[in-house]
Formats: sequence, structure tokens, C-alpha cells
Amino acid sequence: MNSSVIVFPGSNCDRDIAVALEKLEFKNTMVWHKDITLPKSDLIVVPGGFSYGDHLRSGAIAAKSNILNEVIKSANDGCLVLGICNGFQILTETGLLKGVLLRNKNLKFLGKDIYVKTINNNNKFCNKYKQDQVLKFNIAHNEGNYFTSLDHLKELEDKNLIPFKYCDEKGNIKDENNPNGSLNNIAGIFNDKKNILGMMPHPERMVDQMISGDDGINLFKSLLN
Amino acid sequence: MKFSIKVTLKKDVLDPQGKVVRQTLQNMGMDSLKSLRQGKYFEIEVNENNETKAKDKVEDMCIKLLVNLIIEDFEISKI
Repeated sequence: MNSSVIVFPGSNCDRDIAVALEKLEFKNTMVWHKDITLPKSDLIVVPGGFSYGDHLRSGAIAAKSNILNEVIKSANDGCLVLGICNGFQILTETGLLKGVLLRNKNLKFLGKDIYVKTINNNNKFCNKYKQDQVLKFNIAHNEGNYFTSLDHLKELEDKNLIPFKYCDEKGNIKDENNPNGSLNNIAGIFNDKKNILGMMPHPERMVDQMISGDDGINLFKSLLN
Repeated sequence: MKFSIKVTLKKDVLDPQGKVVRQTLQNMGMDSLKSLRQGKYFEIEVNENNETKAKDKVEDMCIKLLVNLIIEDFEISKI
């Protein structure tokens, strides 16, 4: 499977995701934001970091970069797109994913391990997880507080477009396990066609039991499935 | 031609920064403070002498980049 990782000035998880992809034998290419063509890709990853220093709004400037025009075209043609953390923020700024990521409710930058529950495993990104499986991921963000209109929130729930919700170790989805104030404990969302996934937690940081854990591996294995 | 742009959070959107600023002012003894919302301000100069055309251009800039219409409102004024 061919993957492309988009690199912006200020990206800092681009190499982590490349390591994770290569570990699972994706043929990966790093693509600079000024490039105007994308290599042939089955998966495009918009990585985490602080593109353009989060100026104006997180992801707002990166969303207008040259390569994003190509990402938008490919996404609309059905290519798989994964936006992690800042990548999720960028995808919402392009309009590929609806909604917006506001400042964390408690105004603090959060860098810690959290738990998410697999709400929907019937899709290209999560099919190797079990329904309701609890996963340990890491978060590192200042703007992860997902917000959208009530109509869209209802659509996300009704159409099963929420793959992950924040929960406790046992899988209870409660307010106290919501690290950033996201509506309905949302940790990630799909577009209508489920070919685009945006998520705040970092699966690429959980691909090695020796370092941090390996709950992220199955996300990449799902893509290969 | 110069314009100012005031960007404010929509009324239903949480404004945690504004809340902290409000609480701090209240803690400082500013008892009369009733509410506070934080926003952004831009000053833009455009090469265009026709006011309507110039304003249209600034509005385009707001919609395409400066403002996220899901959470923010904006107001353009000529300086």
C-alpha cells in the first residue's frame, strides 16, 4: 500500500507516523507542503504538530497550502485520508471534515495517555479492532475540544460517524473522562463516506510495546486489510 | 483604503479564555463587570479606490481565511 505523509513547517509527528507506516510495510513518501503533485497514494496522512506555529487558528494556514488542493481532490475521489491531531485541525479548516477544534476547556495543553472506546469498527480504519474495544492512546494538544452544530452532531451519531470516544480504563464514557471538553466525548470523526478520519489521539505513538504500548498498530493493520 | 475587522466568537460558542479574563478582573475587585467575550482585530489596507469593491475584497479575505464561520462572526468598518 502506498502512503504519503504531508510535511509542513512546524510538523513534528511526521517522522513518527513514517516510522509506524514503514514498520507495517507501507511504501511511504514524505511530501513537502509546497509540492504541487502528490505521488500515487492509497493513504494520505496529515500529521500532528504545530504547522505555521498555530498562527491565526490551528491548521488555518496549512489548509491553504499548495499540496492541500491535491489532498482535497484525492479525498473527494475516495482516497483514504488520516488526519492526526494538527492534521485533524487542518482537515476541519479545509472543510473536508465538518466542525472545528476549539481550545481545550481547561485552557491547558494536554500531553498524556488517555483511553478511547471503539464505537464503530465497521470501516476501513478500525476493522482490526473489536467493537467497544478500549484502547490506550496518547494525546498532545491545546485545541482538541471538538465542536459542531447540533444538526451535524446528531448526524454524526445517527450515521455512526464517530469511531472513537474518550472513556475510562473500563470503557465508561463520562464527563470526567473527557480531557478537553469535546462534544459527546468525541475523539475522532469520519466524513460521510468514511474515507477521511480525523482524530486527536496519536495512534502512531502506540506501535511498540517496548516504548509506550501497541494499541495503535491495529489502526494501520486495518488500513492494510 | 483601510479597513478594520472585528472577529468575535458566536454567542453559543464557549469562550474559555474570555472566562478566565473575566474571572481575573472580578478577582481584582472589578465588581461591576457583567460579562466579557474575547475576540480578534485586524487592520487591512487594500489597493482599491472604490469603497464597495474594496469592502467586497476584504469580505472575501475574511470568508476565505481570516474567519472560521462555524464559530466566529465578523464586522468590517472603514478606517
